[in-house]
Amino acid sequence: MRDLLSVDDLDRAAIDDLLDLGDDFVEVLGRDVPKVPALRGKTVGLMFYEPSTRTRLSFDRAAKALSADVLTFTPGGSSVSKGESLKDTALTLKAMGPHLMVVRHKATGAPWRVRDWTGLPVVNAGDGAHQHPTQALLDLLTLRRHFGKVDGLRVAIVGDIRHSRVARSLAGSLHTMGASVTLVAPSTLLPIDVDSWEVDSAAGIDEVLGEVDVVYLLRIQTERGGGEVFPSVAEYVSRFGLTRRRADQLPADTVVMHPGPMNRGVEIDPQVADGPRALVTDQVSNGIAVRMAVLFRLLTSEVPE
Amino acid sequence: MYRHPRSRLGGLMPQVMTSDDLDRAIRRISHEIVERHHGTDGIVLVGIHSRGVPLAEQIASNIESSEKVRVPVGELDIGLYRDDLASRPTTRLGRTLIPVDLSGETVVLVDDVLYTGRTIRAALDAILDLGRPKRIELAVICDRGHRELPIRPDYVGKNLPTSGHEKVSVRIKGIDDVAGVWITDGGDA
Repeated sequence: MRDLLSVDDLDRAAIDDLLDLGDDFVEVLGRDVPKVPALRGKTVGLMFYEPSTRTRLSFDRAAKALSADVLTFTPGGSSVSKGESLKDTALTLKAMGPHLMVVRHKATGAPWRVRDWTGLPVVNAGDGAHQHPTQALLDLLTLRRHFGKVDGLRVAIVGDIRHSRVARSLAGSLHTMGASVTLVAPSTLLPIDVDSWEVDSAAGIDEVLGEVDVVYLLRIQTERGGGEVFPSVAEYVSRFGLTRRRADQLPADTVVMHPGPMNRGVEIDPQVADGPRALVTDQVSNGIAVRMAVLFRLLTSEVPE
Repeated sequence: MYRHPRSRLGGLMPQVMTSDDLDRAIRRISHEIVERHHGTDGIVLVGIHSRGVPLAEQIASNIESSEKVRVPVGELDIGLYRDDLASRPTTRLGRTLIPVDLSGETVVLVDDVLYTGRTIRAALDAILDLGRPKRIELAVICDRGHRELPIRPDYVGKNLPTSGHEKVSVRIKGIDDVAGVWITDGGDA
C-alpha cells in the first residue's frame, strides 16, 4: 500500500490488516506513556483546505503518538489568500521535507493531484463529497470492537447522503466487509449514482428502526447545498430525525453513530447523542488509532514501486 | 534421541538441544532467578514476542512448582521499537500486556535467542515507556554471540558460538510441533 485515497483501493484483507493494527494502537494509546518511537525521523504534512476539527487533530495526534513530526498547512492566513495555487502550495510544502501528505480539499480528486505533483504518498482526509477513507476505517474499527465483527451487521445510514463523503466511503467499505447497508434519506438527498451502490434504501427512518444493528446519522451539509432540498427542519426531523421516542423503539443492542459535527435537535436528539447507545466518543478515540495504523503502514512498508 | 529435520536448503540441520535439554535449561534458569533474588518478591517475567512469551510462562510454572508462588508474567511486542522499521516489512504486531505496575519491580526479560542485541535494546526502551522498574535482567535460551550493542544476558540456557551465516532455531512447546534447538545453514539470520 502506497497511498490511501479511496476505500475502493482496500480489499477485505487490507481492511482487516488496518483494523488489527488499529486494535494494537488502541492498546498503545491506553498506556501510561501513549507514545512509541515507530516513526521517529519521519515527517507528516497536513494540508487542510477545508475547516476540520476532529480529523486534523486526529491525524496530528496519530502522527505524534508514533513520534513523527508534523507540518500543518491551513489556508487561513497563508499565501493562499495571496493567490497561490494548490499545486504551488503542495510543492512548497513538499520542499520542507515531509515523507507523506494528508490532504483535505473541497474539490473531488484533489488528493490524487497532490500525489501526482509531489510523488509523495498521500492520505485522502476528505475530498468534496467523494471519499473519506480514514473515517470509514474508524467506523469499521468502532463497530468491530463493539460487536466483535462487521460481517452480517445491518447498518442504516440516515441523512444527507448525497453530499456525504463519509456515507460514500462507509457504505462501500461496509459492503466489502460483509455488512448490509440501508440508505435512509429524502430522495433529493440520495446520491445521483445510488443505483450503482450496493445498498437498499428507505424513505423514512421509521421503516428501519426495528431491524438494524447500527443507526448512522449524518448532518445536513448546508455548505454543499444540503439544506435547500427539503421544506423545513421540522419536517426533516419528523421523518428522519432520531428523536428520543424513536431511539426508545430501537432493539436493545442497537448502537447510534455520528461522524460529527452533530447538529443536536436536527438529525439527533441531544439526549440520545449523550446516551448509552451512542458510540460517538469511541469513534473519535478509535480514529486516532486507525490513523496511526494508516500512517504506520504507509511509512514503513517497502516502496516505491 | 537427536532428530535431523531437513532445512529449507536441503542440508541436514544439526540439533544442539533436544526437547529434554531445553526443559532442563529452562528449569535451571528458573532456579537461578529465584536463587539470585532470594525468593520471588518483586519479580515480573516479561516474554518478548513471539517465543519469549511461552518461555516466560514455562519459567513461571517452574517457579510455581518449586516455590508455590505465581510470579506475574507479561508479554511484550517490540515491533514499534525496532530500529529497522524503514527497511523491513512489518507484520502484525503481537500483544503487549503487562499485568502489574512495573515501578520498583525486577523485570526479567525472556527471549529465545540473543544475537546482535538490537531486539533487547528495543525491549529496554519499550519497558521503560511502560514503567520504571528497579532493575531489568535478561534470560535467553541461546546466546549465539555477534553482539552489536553492549548488552549481556543474566541467565543463559546454552552458549552457542555460531558464524554469521548460520541461524539458530529455537522451537518451543505451545508454538512449534517439535521442541528443541537447531543450527541451520543460513537463510535469514
